[in-house]
Amino acid sequence: MAEDFLLIILTFDATIRVSVPLILAALAGLVVERSGVIDIGLEGKMLAAAFAAATVAALTGSAWLGLLGGMGVSVLLALLHGFACITHRGNQIVSGVAINILASGLTVLLGISWFSMGGQTPPLTGDARFSSLTFPGAEAVADIPLLGHLYSELLSGHNVLVYLAFLSVPTVWWMVYRTRFGLRLRATGENPAAVDTAGISVIRMRYLALIICGILCGIAGSYLSTGHGAGFLREMTAGKGFIALAAMIFGKWRPVPVLFACLLFGFLDAVAIRIQGVELPLIGEMSVQFIQALPYILTVVLLAGFIGRAVAPKASGIPYVKEH
Amino acid sequence: MASAQAKLPVWVDIGLLPLINVALAFIVSGLLIAALGQDPFEATWIMLRGAFGYQEGLGYTFYYTTNFVFTGLAVAVAFHAGLFNIGGEGQAYIGGLGVALACLALDQYLPFVLLLPVCIVAAALFGAAWAYIPAYLQAKRGSHIVITTIMFNFIAASLMVYLLVNVLIQPGQMSPESREFATSAWLPHMHEVLGWFGFEVAQSPLNLSIVWALICCVLVWGLIWHTRWGYEIRAVGANMSAAVYAGMPPARIIIVTMCISGGLSGFVAINEIMGVHHKLLLDFAAGYGFTGIAVSLMGRNHPVGIILAGLLFGALYQGGAELAFENSAFTPDLIVVIQGLVVLFSGALSYMLRGPAERIYLALAAPGAVEA
Repeated sequence: MAEDFLLIILTFDATIRVSVPLILAALAGLVVERSGVIDIGLEGKMLAAAFAAATVAALTGSAWLGLLGGMGVSVLLALLHGFACITHRGNQIVSGVAINILASGLTVLLGISWFSMGGQTPPLTGDARFSSLTFPGAEAVADIPLLGHLYSELLSGHNVLVYLAFLSVPTVWWMVYRTRFGLRLRATGENPAAVDTAGISVIRMRYLALIICGILCGIAGSYLSTGHGAGFLREMTAGKGFIALAAMIFGKWRPVPVLFACLLFGFLDAVAIRIQGVELPLIGEMSVQFIQALPYILTVVLLAGFIGRAVAPKASGIPYVKEH
Repeated sequence: MASAQAKLPVWVDIGLLPLINVALAFIVSGLLIAALGQDPFEATWIMLRGAFGYQEGLGYTFYYTTNFVFTGLAVAVAFHAGLFNIGGEGQAYIGGLGVALACLALDQYLPFVLLLPVCIVAAALFGAAWAYIPAYLQAKRGSHIVITTIMFNFIAASLMVYLLVNVLIQPGQMSPESREFATSAWLPHMHEVLGWFGFEVAQSPLNLSIVWALICCVLVWGLIWHTRWGYEIRAVGANMSAAVYAGMPPARIIIVTMCISGGLSGFVAINEIMGVHHKLLLDFAAGYGFTGIAVSLMGRNHPVGIILAGLLFGALYQGGAELAFENSAFTPDLIVVIQGLVVLFSGALSYMLRGPAERIYLALAAPGAVEA
């Protein structure tokens, strides 16, 4: 019994670790889409941030400077997205695709050129990584069944970015629903002409949303290379940006449901490896590929309107043209 | 804005501006190469020589071009109906499943001349089927096609891994690949075909599917600009409500267009599976679907433009491979970067230079020559 409970706790622990980048990136997508800009470049921004963070951390030996570097590069890419599709009213999908392709090529090209390690960055140790925080008393209670495991394994023992990610959910919720900025943000995504009439710059709102998006994707990418991992590996985001996009839709563009969608998709990811070759009661042996595809399948089913209705902000994807 | 755009003459709009955009992408690429401490002019020379300088290289260039023409046409057809099909990757992959199933089932029984049409139909059907579901959901349930096609790329990837690892794998073999097809399912290489007519050319993966790609270009051109269907597709793309008022059924047009688009993507498998690998394997379509977006954008969604843009990307792929071979400072990732820059400048930033171009054109043109 205690054994089973420990296994469950460890699975949830793994779920939390893999959900962190999803939560941050999905919130990033939520903020931009609420302002009326579609961003399928979450993946590219995370990848570029992971590379930048690992590079800066490897050179300076400081994970915090790495985080700054990751956020900086991610914000720059977000601004590039804005320059293309807010300032020049280019197609937002095309711009996102361009950013994804650019990030995928540049990270490896620069990685090989700078470090000659086949696209990886040097392994990070010590202060160049975000190390786990141990809560007071976690060691002492670790042997106590149930509650002790819960405290020492699940709550304690993560790095600071994990707690930051979970804190960002109420923060984004508060920003979107309880501040003047949030009201304007939502209005910009639903009816930009009305926002403009009220004397608020639609362009400024959308750029601000993109900067927030860049910061959040930057943290997500930095977590991958300097928190969860110990260095950058080529294509290390491996589609997480798109799963985040799916989670954002699955959570219907609302922060708390988005959190649960990310945890669900993270759980599927964590469980997919453990379940390989295991006979499950009732369903028999599940294929890993099916579980890996499940987030995408669930999102399509949701989008089809079979489990509730996912309605995007009305103006998302449409460049704003000011009437003269 | 609409009246301002109309001032530019056609040759500036579809000729000069796209060229300047591509040039910008290459200038930035050159600066990047210089920043890596290499000589961009030497790199350009190696790439040009690698892509066009000798027969084998030219063969490879055309072989890559064939894939890009298929995926470029696929994106273009959908674009004419105002649809963004970024699922070319998955549709090509599933098209490969269709081709492989046809070949595995029939290669012992049918001669090549009968098997080829079966495979072409299978590629088109499977590719179209993979596009049908997102299309149906867009047309009937209003699900955003960009998101659903992205999801379907990932679902296709998982499905193919499952099938290759568990079902189609050749027994007693480690790598997840199907058995090799009998030679009746091998599309002849161009060096063989030209050999029949007495022309001796170097060996390359280039095969007969390039002919099918050119036929598809003509078919797409005819479909889009010279049939009633094509007119309906363009009408839906240009103005959905006008098309509805004119009595066109938008749902049916969306679904049919996406199926044509998916079928075209599926033909990548004819080139790759029947033409080169002669067995089904993982990730054979990787990257071609996404590059198709760039090809279509650069080619302004017109078959002639798509052939030219496909040739450019084919040359980039082959020249880039040559460059990586000659100079270890370059990896094939350089090509990915250049591709990203082309998508950025030719696609996302395509309106950036229009305003300045208009002002320069108006300043240059004599005041009397421009009608108000």
